[in-house]
Amino acid sequence: MSLLSVRDLTVKFAMRDETVTALNGISFDVAKGERLGIVGESGAGKSITGFALMKLISRPGYVDRGEILLDGEDVVKMSDQRLRELRGDKMSMIFQDPMVTLNPVLTIGQQMVETLLAHRKLSREEARQIAIVKLREVYINSPEERLDQYPHELSGGMRQRIIIAIALLLDPELIIADEPTTALDVTIQADIMELLLELCQSNKVGLILITHDLGVVSQMTERTLVMYAGRIIEAGRTREIINDPQHPYTQGLINALPQQTLPGHKLRQIPGNMPSLTNIPPGCPFNPRCEYATDLCRTRIPEIAQYGEVQVACHEVQRLQAEGERQEQNA
Amino acid sequence: MKDMNVRTPLVEIKGLEKQFDLDQGWLETLKFRNGRITREKRAVHAVNNVTLDVNRGEALCVVGESGCGKSTVARLVAGLLTPTSGEIHYDGSRIDDLSRAQMQPLRNRIQMIFQNPYASLNPRMTIRQALEEPVRHHNPSFSAAEVREKVTEVMMSVGVDPTWAKRYPHEFSGGQRQRIAIARALTVDPEFIIADEPISALDVSIQAQVLNLMLEAKESRGLTYLFITHDLSVVEHFGTRVAVLYLGSVCEVADTATLFSNPKHPYTRALLSAVPQLKDDRPNHIRLKGEIPTPINMPQGCPFQSRCAFANNRCDSEKPKAIHQPDGSLVACHAVEENRLDEG
Ligand SMILES: Nc1ncnc2c1ncn2[C@@H]1O[C@H](COP(=O)(O)OP(=O)(O)OP(=O)(O)O)[C@@H](O)[C@H]1O
Ligand SMILES: Nc1ncnc2c1ncn2[C@@H]1O[C@H](COP(=O)(O)OP(=O)(O)OP(=O)(O)O)[C@@H](O)[C@H]1O
Ligand code: SF4
Ligand code: SF4
Ligand SMILES: [Mg+2]
Ligand SMILES: [Mg+2]
Repeated sequence: MSLLSVRDLTVKFAMRDETVTALNGISFDVAKGERLGIVGESGAGKSITGFALMKLISRPGYVDRGEILLDGEDVVKMSDQRLRELRGDKMSMIFQDPMVTLNPVLTIGQQMVETLLAHRKLSREEARQIAIVKLREVYINSPEERLDQYPHELSGGMRQRIIIAIALLLDPELIIADEPTTALDVTIQADIMELLLELCQSNKVGLILITHDLGVVSQMTERTLVMYAGRIIEAGRTREIINDPQHPYTQGLINALPQQTLPGHKLRQIPGNMPSLTNIPPGCPFNPRCEYATDLCRTRIPEIAQYGEVQVACHEVQRLQAEGERQEQNA
Repeated sequence: MKDMNVRTPLVEIKGLEKQFDLDQGWLETLKFRNGRITREKRAVHAVNNVTLDVNRGEALCVVGESGCGKSTVARLVAGLLTPTSGEIHYDGSRIDDLSRAQMQPLRNRIQMIFQNPYASLNPRMTIRQALEEPVRHHNPSFSAAEVREKVTEVMMSVGVDPTWAKRYPHEFSGGQRQRIAIARALTVDPEFIIADEPISALDVSIQAQVLNLMLEAKESRGLTYLFITHDLSVVEHFGTRVAVLYLGSVCEVADTATLFSNPKHPYTRALLSAVPQLKDDRPNHIRLKGEIPTPINMPQGCPFQSRCAFANNRCDSEKPKAIHQPDGSLVACHAVEENRLDEG
């Protein structure tokens, strides 16, 4: 059985003037010790997915349908009492906004110690020692001094590492990491990634890594989901998706990387922007930006389906694959 | 003072220092050590003797490890913090000793984009309110309709649906908020933008769009940037010059092309080797060994010594000075000075 099994998850927001669908029937699994990447442009619904898994969608947002099975228990239907037990302990989330985790009026030490005491039978001093160990693990130096500081006294990257340390405090089985290293420079990013990798491999921790950095996804994850306008549009083994993306959107994402352009030149962009939730076009949500769009694309939503090793939601995928092969033969 | 001498840098940072006291109250400085009560005053040495120019029309990128003082430098230059010592000159005049009121006229000429997108917008203002304010300020003759039109244009330029202008920041994703903050900074039509990790929260395609927008503003309006980022591929693309900071000290300043083709300081080399590559499984970076010192317990001598493979006795005791290199770069390293870096 999977550690996590998400089926047909749909999240909506009832706004003053209309109700929008932020997640539209997404399904995926995470096995024990598995590392799954979620990528997609800003506004695709990556963070909302994380919030939903933690049952943190609050009014005016709501889970419209679907289930989230964590070791067989449905998070969607879970009682608050049970959620309090599981959050942090069985699953924890590293939030994109560190201040979701951090309380500005408490020192780092107070927050870490309180979290430990709420879940474990420990003395204050024992809790403090655990906190120090966890801070060292995320490469915070002088942890004793840092414990007595307030969040605003720390640099952006330190705050980010501290919320990672807090997420790891209770040794959870599933970690949802939402852009965990965006504020970190490459050297520390590499170290933090190694730490997460080590946790997954030796402690069988499941990891959902939400990031816009395809380099990180490529190094860290075994499988990847590509999201667009609240849907999964491509899913499969990470290596395959990076080396041979099938969906025109995924192809565009990879081509837009600065590494793919000569310095000083304009970066190659996918034309247009991700639609806002009130403005999703009929048919394939990507069609206004897609160079391969046909009439069918403008009217019918492509279902996600298996093509060889990967799942893709695109009407034209077979034609594109055939064309790709022809080009390869001609080359 | 404000002559037309384009050659004076727009910003001159001279011997800048910033320390934060760790112990605020007198009581907190009392420490119980080895069975005795002693008084200790500890400080974070966030910025140490930084000297740096930002030339007109350039994009000076500042890179360096987390906690090395990048944001502190940015906040000092923006006048949001007061230096412990040192001077900052803007357009020929000293600004670090100005009061808030005296800084006011500069507020529109200098814009700052903050590191955390969640902190950069006022949560109680709709996006329209946040954007209309600078538009009105710059175009006092605009009618309400014209103001609205301009706001629509600005939102579209950063790929945010203009029909969402009536919404509040919390209704947007992290990346959307950051783009709105950037759009707002550009709308003020400043001459100098201090951008602290402005695009690290953005995905690649939007990064490309926003970087292009910022490049365009640089070229068409001669905008000057102090651009803090840890993403070296962005530096390579956007920066005209790069300053590498380590533990609050400058280790290397060079033209972007020079820095990437011929990095000299051992720390710069380690930094460049750590860039994750897209199609390669094994990161092949120079692992920095050794204890990372903190700005609380500052080492004597070279700040990088505890992790440097080339450190010797001189590095333990003497802080290296920045020295001009034949290719125009500035490097603060004894091994580079002694020419013993690439031997053996
Ligand atoms: N409270 C809310 N009310 C209405 N819409 C919302 C709300 N919160 C989020 N949204 C919308 O849901 C969509 C998905 O948001 P989400 O935060 O999941 O994006 P994301 O993929 O994490 O993007 P980013 O990379 O920018 O963080 C966005 O278009 C956003 O505007
Ligand atoms: N208000 C403050 N009070 C106390 N210490 C502070 C304060 N602001 C910053 N510091 C300290 O100054 C040092 C440098 O912080 P700064 O935010 O400049 O780092 P940074 O280079 O921007 O790092 P990052 O890449 O993580 O954002 C850190 O040790 C930090 O804890
Ligand atoms: S379904 Fe059509 S519009 Fe959508 S990605 Fe495929 S080809 Fe493009
Ligand atoms: S001065 Fe010495 S310790 Fe510092 S970087 Fe150079 S060789 Fe290394
Ligand atoms: Mg997000
Ligand atoms: Mg910073």
